[in-house]
Amino acid sequence: MVSELLNDYLSSPLTLIAITFLVYWGSGWIQKRSQISRLSPMLLTIVVMIVFLKVTGISYEQYQKSGFLIEFWLKPAIVALGLPLFNELKHIRSQFLALFITELAGCITGIVTVVLIARWLGATPDVIRSLAPKSVSTPIAIEITRQIGGIPPLTSAIVVIVGMIGAACGLKMMHWGRVRHAVSQSLSMGTAAHVMGTNRLSEISDRYGAYATLGLILNGILTAFFAGPLVDILL
Amino acid sequence: MAKQFGIIFGCLALGELLALIPWLNIPGSIWGMLILTLLLERKIVNPETIRPVCRFLISNMAFFFVPPGVALMLYFDIIAAEWLPITVATVISILLVLLVTGHLHQFLHNRLKRHNHGKRTSK
Repeated sequence: MVSELLNDYLSSPLTLIAITFLVYWGSGWIQKRSQISRLSPMLLTIVVMIVFLKVTGISYEQYQKSGFLIEFWLKPAIVALGLPLFNELKHIRSQFLALFITELAGCITGIVTVVLIARWLGATPDVIRSLAPKSVSTPIAIEITRQIGGIPPLTSAIVVIVGMIGAACGLKMMHWGRVRHAVSQSLSMGTAAHVMGTNRLSEISDRYGAYATLGLILNGILTAFFAGPLVDILL
Repeated sequence: MAKQFGIIFGCLALGELLALIPWLNIPGSIWGMLILTLLLERKIVNPETIRPVCRFLISNMAFFFVPPGVALMLYFDIIAAEWLPITVATVISILLVLLVTGHLHQFLHNRLKRHNHGKRTSK
């Protein structure tokens, strides 16, 4: 009787939303305390919430009632990216052609290589579709995956993994591959490893951060345009 | 507050409308972002008006993404079954994107610079 009541209380949307906020807050605290920048609060919160739901036996469908209220804000957040994009317009205009060609090449490389390698290694079509938008920021990638028929949660996991690899090894990879120009490095990092790569460069300098943002936004838009058609051709 | 959110959600609603057109096959939120940029560029919207709400939304993006991330628990079996293609394809693809983008921009940037420099000296 009591345990039933407790279970009802725990699985109510209000309680779950409170727990999500508190866990996220705690995760931020842990990241600050441990000084490990790669330990993203988002990732930690996801892990803790999954463990919590498994332990309490609350189904994902039940969690989604409160989750929807949080996830809902992803779309307006993407719209808000229009402001940093506007701030970068000056730079974009002065070297539009170079940036556009570069981003187009980066975008197509990202989609084609990941799709072909995954297919060659025997991934199923659903997984391949979820991999295609891996280099762009999560909210955009999720929307693209939904549009082209992949599995959005799988995409979000892959996007986080991509960001972690990019932030941790990206600069080393470029150094090894002889990409030396700092602006080129920043642009590539934003193109390949979205927000997490951008954060890594913003730590170094604001200017590099701005170029990484530019790479991230342009690749997001281009991937939205090209992911669908390219995947259809390659699959 | 109402004005700021009105602008953001107005752009989003308009974007969702555009996304309904079949051959404009990109997400409504991306259209919304482009519409907002256009409004700012045309000076129809003042950047200062929407800066606080934009900053709030962008800096908390990671939190909004928690629920779709939690949905991962529904797909553990797929990941377990296909972890090899997923990781190998991802790592190689990141490396190639970094190198292609980096080298191409380096090349174009240097050429443009030389080009502009040449123009200046020929004057």
